[in-house]
Amino acid sequence: MVMMSGADILLESLKRLGVDTIFGYPGGAVLPLYDRFPAHPEIHHVLVRHEQAAGHAADGYARASGRLGVALATSGPGATNLVTAITNAQMDSVPTLFITGNVIRALIGRDGFQEADITGITMPTVKHNYLVMQAQDIARTIAEAAYLATTGRKGAVHVDIPKDVFIEQAEFEWPEHVSVRGYRIPGKADAESVREAAAIINAAERPVIFAGHGIIQADAAEELRRFAERGGIPILNTLLGLGGIPQDHALSYGMMGMHGSYWANHTASAADVIIGLGMRMDDRAMGRFADMNPTAKIVHVDIDPAEHGKNLFTLCPVVGDVKQVLPQLTDAIEKRSHVEWIRWIDTLRSEHRHSMMVPPGNELTTQYAVSKIAEFAGREAIFTTGVGQHQMWAAQFMDISRPRQFITSGGLGTMGFEVPAAMGAQAACRDRQVWTICGDGGFQMTFQEIATMVDERLPVKMAIMNNGFLGMVRQWQELFHNDNYVSVAMSQPDFVKIAEAYGIRGIRVSDQSQVEDAIREAAADPGPVILDFQVTAEENVWPMVPSGAALKETIEGPQRVTR
Amino acid sequence: MSTNTHTVSALVEDHPGVLNRVSSLFRRRGFNIESLAVGTTEEPGISRMTIVVEGPPNIADQVQKQLDKLIDVVTVETLNEDESVVRELALIKVACRPDQRREILDVVDIFRGSVVDVSTTTVIIQLTAAADTLNALIENLRPYGIREMVRTGRIALARGPRTTATHQHETEEERRFHQEIGRLPEGELPFSSK
Ligand SMILES: Cc1ncc(C[n+]2csc(CCOP(=O)(O)OP(=O)(O)O)c2C)c(N)n1
Ligand SMILES: [Mg+2]
Repeated sequence: MVMMSGADILLESLKRLGVDTIFGYPGGAVLPLYDRFPAHPEIHHVLVRHEQAAGHAADGYARASGRLGVALATSGPGATNLVTAITNAQMDSVPTLFITGNVIRALIGRDGFQEADITGITMPTVKHNYLVMQAQDIARTIAEAAYLATTGRKGAVHVDIPKDVFIEQAEFEWPEHVSVRGYRIPGKADAESVREAAAIINAAERPVIFAGHGIIQADAAEELRRFAERGGIPILNTLLGLGGIPQDHALSYGMMGMHGSYWANHTASAADVIIGLGMRMDDRAMGRFADMNPTAKIVHVDIDPAEHGKNLFTLCPVVGDVKQVLPQLTDAIEKRSHVEWIRWIDTLRSEHRHSMMVPPGNELTTQYAVSKIAEFAGREAIFTTGVGQHQMWAAQFMDISRPRQFITSGGLGTMGFEVPAAMGAQAACRDRQVWTICGDGGFQMTFQEIATMVDERLPVKMAIMNNGFLGMVRQWQELFHNDNYVSVAMSQPDFVKIAEAYGIRGIRVSDQSQVEDAIREAAADPGPVILDFQVTAEENVWPMVPSGAALKETIEGPQRVTR
Repeated sequence: MSTNTHTVSALVEDHPGVLNRVSSLFRRRGFNIESLAVGTTEEPGISRMTIVVEGPPNIADQVQKQLDKLIDVVTVETLNEDESVVRELALIKVACRPDQRREILDVVDIFRGSVVDVSTTTVIIQLTAAADTLNALIENLRPYGIREMVRTGRIALARGPRTTATHQHETEEERRFHQEIGRLPEGELPFSSK
């Protein structure tokens, strides 16, 4: 019998799960845990500068690597600072484990110093959470938490541990297996639903695939390609599905949704059969539900049965893991090429390509900057983004072609995600170049993590798209509130001086002609670099489906938007 | 029973906070709870929640699937009211002078209820029945003056030998998880799980 403290049990358990990196921040309630880190050198603790960043870093780490991301915070304010990151990870189904300390058991419920009812707070935003009241429960709970986070529809799991439970001695017993009787993990689809789906797909004249984050989460890009090629079915990606198919694949037609291409949105609207794969029919991707192609037959493959019929009527729901279901479907469908349908889409694309081009001329636009970064950094690089115009332009112009290449906050749309997520991605993939495309607004929410990156030697390249505005909000005020700009113009600090303050290189880019050199210089620098791209200020993202409009109402360019 | 209520029966882990998880889910998803009854079951550690949900016909499907996603919910099923025994218990305190007792008792008898408490000014009536019957009794007692009342909310079980209880064992995935992810890294750790 091996007796250990709760702190040791926790760290041993994490090691058994293969966890080697934890992003965290100390405080009173987790002191007994920090006390034991030196005894477990296999686990590297990354000291961040704000708990929200610890959470986003764990999220970025998980998205870049496919492995469990882990973040740690103390009780009360430490724990509440994690809430945005927890919600973000859960919304995008990212396998993450969040650990918080709490006040000692005797103080719980008595408004103890730095007590927050953090399990109560996170309950609606996690896949599952636990309050561990005895050291002897820690090992089983951590095994179970990791199991829930990394299987089925992945997600955020939160474990809260009172301070004295870290100190309490208990026998360390790693569970032989976890058994959660209320939890089932869909795998293969049942034969009946595969037959039904195949019959619908075989009868289709104008089929289309909506490929989502599930393709990437399930590592099913290869299965997607084979399925699409056999059926001759064009593929559209959701924002988070980008990378599921290379952009230069013959059946790849890019991103759909609010800032998707004209041809993608019209293809979605004209199809007679829609095959949703690992996606949740989100409103930003679908436009107005009622008019998202009401006559199409929907086949929807998802690991989470609750997604079926949640937003759109689903004729043929298929429950299962896309990685296992796609080969089943590929075997069940007939080989097709849908020549006429594809020709129709190709014509549409060639007629409307202009609305998805980097604007001509020699102005320094975000579109130009991000497309150059993509060109120089290449497919092996990882890109993260913030939220706003720069995010949409990155999605449109960075030629995202590899799973886990593009890391962005989709469901929650969290500004300030960009820098810490890039930090986590770089910690997971030390040999890849990591670029973060930052908004000047979003950058200022979390750039304190430069200090962490300096400490940790994480050479993230931070490309700020400095338009002097909360650009996406400004765009909406221009288009939908008659140019009434309220609280969107921002004075900016000198970003190059910020770089200097952190002892890293800062490069100002104010002219298109400087872009390529600046990117080369940044890439060659061994450390983190800030690039301050002084981009055109009042540019709008096109095409656009105004909020509340249908996909087929995509507006291609700068005209007055009437609704 | 109106067609826009649905009786959902869930077996849940008897963990702290499970009621909170369920009610929080209903609040967050905008599902309307008409009643919710919780109690222990034949299986230690498992409680049954019977939840009556109001809403359009397709709501039951979402309610059931969203509930099923909660880790603490072991099984969940929407009960077809024609194929289930559905009951609710009410205690109704009615104003009642001694000279009115006979009259009130007659009403209670018709509904096969019983009087479980008497004072000089009130009686408490108990009735276990389907909701319609309860409502009918209440209407009949209203003229006397209802002082206070409590209803348990619906509970229900499927008729016949069928059960919702499934006593599940470890799945293939769960076994695989521990072989692949949760295995003991060789030689590295001094601790045996045995
Ligand atoms: C934390 C947070 N607060 C507010 C918003 C609302 N919002 C969406 S986009 C945006 C503007 C972002 O500005 P910036 O980071 O400069 O990017 P830009 O749109 O200019 O490229 C805002 C405020 C948000 N998404 N996240
Ligand atoms: Mg901006």
